[in-house]
Amino acid sequence: MSTMKKSFSHLVLPLSVMALLIIINLVKGADYFRITMVNGALYGNIPNILFGASELVILSIGMTLVTASSRGQDISIGESATITSAIFVQYVLQASEVTPLTIVVAFLLSCVGGLVLGAFNGTLVSIFKVQPMVASLILFTGGRSIAFMIDGKLSPILANDISNKIGTVIPGIPIQTPIILTVVFIVLIAVVFKTTNLRLYVETVGINPNAARLNGINPKKIIFLTFLIMGFCSAVAGFIAVNKAGRHDSVNLLKLIMMDAILAVAIGGNSLGGGKFSITGSIIGAYTIEMLNRTLLRLEIEPAMIKVFKAIFIIILMVVASPVARAYFTKVLDKVRSSNKRKESIPKDAHIPTTNIAVKKEE
Amino acid sequence: MLSEIILEMKDISKSFPGVKALDSVDFKLRKGEIHALMGENGAGKSTLIKIITGVYEKDAGLITLQGEPIHFKTPQEAQDKGIGTVYQEIMLCSNLTVAENMFIGRSHGPVVNWKQMNEKAEQLLASLGIPASPMQELSSCSLAVQQMIAIARAVDMDCKILILDEPTSSLDEDEVHKLFELMRELKDRGVGIIFITHFLEQVYEISDRTTVLRNGKLVGEYETASLPQIELISKMLGNVLEDITKLKKHEPVVTDTSVPVFEGIGLSSVAGVRPFNFAIQKGEVNGFAGLLGSGRSESARAIFTADKVTGGEVKMKGKRVKIKTPLHAIKQGIGYLPEDRKGDGIIADLSVRDNIILTLQVLKGFFKPFSLKQAEEFADDYIEKLNIKTPTANTPIRSLSGGNQQKVILARWLLTHPEYLILDEPTRGIDVGTKVEIQKLVIQLANEGMSVTFISSEIGEMIRTCSRLIVMKDREIVGELRGTDLTENDVMNVIAKGGRNA
Ligand SMILES: Nc1ncnc2c1ncn2[C@@H]1O[C@H](COP(=O)(O)OP(=O)(O)OP(=O)(O)O)[C@@H](O)[C@H]1O
Ligand SMILES: [Mg+2]
Repeated sequence: MSTMKKSFSHLVLPLSVMALLIIINLVKGADYFRITMVNGALYGNIPNILFGASELVILSIGMTLVTASSRGQDISIGESATITSAIFVQYVLQASEVTPLTIVVAFLLSCVGGLVLGAFNGTLVSIFKVQPMVASLILFTGGRSIAFMIDGKLSPILANDISNKIGTVIPGIPIQTPIILTVVFIVLIAVVFKTTNLRLYVETVGINPNAARLNGINPKKIIFLTFLIMGFCSAVAGFIAVNKAGRHDSVNLLKLIMMDAILAVAIGGNSLGGGKFSITGSIIGAYTIEMLNRTLLRLEIEPAMIKVFKAIFIIILMVVASPVARAYFTKVLDKVRSSNKRKESIPKDAHIPTTNIAVKKEE
Repeated sequence: MLSEIILEMKDISKSFPGVKALDSVDFKLRKGEIHALMGENGAGKSTLIKIITGVYEKDAGLITLQGEPIHFKTPQEAQDKGIGTVYQEIMLCSNLTVAENMFIGRSHGPVVNWKQMNEKAEQLLASLGIPASPMQELSSCSLAVQQMIAIARAVDMDCKILILDEPTSSLDEDEVHKLFELMRELKDRGVGIIFITHFLEQVYEISDRTTVLRNGKLVGEYETASLPQIELISKMLGNVLEDITKLKKHEPVVTDTSVPVFEGIGLSSVAGVRPFNFAIQKGEVNGFAGLLGSGRSESARAIFTADKVTGGEVKMKGKRVKIKTPLHAIKQGIGYLPEDRKGDGIIADLSVRDNIILTLQVLKGFFKPFSLKQAEEFADDYIEKLNIKTPTANTPIRSLSGGNQQKVILARWLLTHPEYLILDEPTRGIDVGTKVEIQKLVIQLANEGMSVTFISSEIGEMIRTCSRLIVMKDREIVGELRGTDLTENDVMNVIAKGGRNA
């Protein structure tokens, strides 16, 4: 029982934040959970959150792995996704006729692009021991220019039927496609965790790379692998994002999404210093952030002020979740517990006289 | 003079999830006394001192320092009040310099005078005879030197109380003597010293009084001199220990003398061992003897390629094999229990179970995870076999006592059933009872055909278990001893005679 409780303790924070947001939303309007059917698909606040958070969820999963193994963050994920989706769009646009096969090939090509970008960051981090943030700063800075070069022009439009279906709904299926794709992706990741030792290896490397090496795990390979996975996540996120948008905007596509992804990892109860991790936490964290964004919109806060509110919210959250605050809470809890337990306390002055003399002598 | 109590603890209790680490324990420390705190692994010794210094919050009880109730919230506060502490696990920053490690956090005021700090460090290092320079990065120092630096950091000449939790676990006789001299000097100044160790001889050599804990409960407080060793042991263990001197010495069951299980020719590594030849037969237990810095650990690391090997060749059962990484070595059937448990051994945040199965899992492969049930069986099996004290197999290894962590790492290697197992200080931090168990286990494994290299700073322990001792000095082999009636003197003689500056 107690071990069960323990293994879920890291989910307390994201879940309680989520609960808080739901309460705020319910106070604002009792119809928060209302779902309506439009053109055969479900719409409403909750589906919108699930829809809106798709890319963030996928990127948070990759970010969690990178953080766990390399003890640092990849800040180039939005740029990587922009590059990979540029490859996707470029291939689709040059095809004379867009068939499902075109889309699949284009997607696979963009995945290859993602893996190359992941390998680039991964090589810098694992072999050249560059700090992850510094390593990914290169793509962060240059990535959008690269995407623009691949595109060749500003914002090419993806005006084909299949893209439209991928970005919105497939007729006959009541759930928006990006939500389905996200679920498929999560299942895929779950299968990977089930059938491999990815978790054990990544956590071992993140906690103690020296010991990992002495037990036959090559930390460089594992760190590299997590960056490859990150690259793949970027490609999938880019694919969803560009089909949702219906055009490829090299300047704004998934702009600054790494901030939210890192935040999702942190809200999910993961240490940004690497080691043990919880993918479930990060996923919940990602949905929480989307919920927060939409809550601020729903509260009709002035767009200019939204960022400020978000910042304040995050600061409070991070302080509450910080190790210092946690240690303080456990100490307070300990105290409450021990003061309850304490037996009839020993009369204090019973043993003081002897020791008092000791003090005087020493002074 | 002996009756002046500086520190008194009454009715101290502390529970962790699943364990009652301390149960109404009383403890008294007098001025100018050296007080040994004894007990098996997991008895609660480290917990007791961490409660004094504010690392842990006590559940119940009262602590008074010179008559005044105290309640430190952080270890820093304790340090400021004159309680210097060396914790069992070295808590230094490996990427800072030696001098920084000695003084940072202790200086008053935000400005650090680097020049002065380095000079002070130089003096302190010299006075304690620590072979390190102030500007050196800590990670480049050996474990023993790091331990000495941790001691130097804790020792403030004006402190009232000095707490030493297994400070001698990686030290040689010489260093231990230096430490004891220092302790005696502090004692003469009226400092009260709490000393935790698993070396009984050290307790009798230095301590005035002994407090024994067992399973979190106080057994009693005794004058060390009037407590016979056998009685001390039985008080610690709760039963009588078989006489270790009667431990049957192992004779190798060599089946085929011509082909060694492992043979290294001209091995050298980046850690600076001079090229050496070494071979071990099936079922043989050998030891690398030598003082600290003699290269005994470095040689072991070279065999396992824990350090990058720069030359030489390796044969397993007569066949040439390429061993370039620890993974190759593990696949060839070599196991290595590292000297530095915290740095190279434990995966602190992972569970005892994951720590036990880790290497076997790596051997099995990335795509073939053990089922949870299988992993649990392995873990439970070894938890029972080695008598590892842990609330559950799911408990993170970092919350185990030091000695029990060591047993987990040992279990990890035993689970892989290596043909050749290198044990570098396997009994470090392990209590007397378990020490005997481990020595017996080594001999039993050898009888079953495993080859074992056993390295220990306790020469006596090696003499008891090894049938052949390879003596090292200045990073090279200077002699070899065989026989059933070796004494420590024999070993010391070879060390004294051998080497370059002989
Ligand atoms: N942080 C912690 N969380 C949970 N349990 C703990 C923690 N620290 C210690 N314990 C448990 O408390 C008990 C006492 O541990 P302690 O470290 O005090 O033993 P010890 O006497 O110092 O042993 P050793 O000789 O092996 O160092 C052990 O059962 C240990 O598992
Ligand atoms: Mg201890």
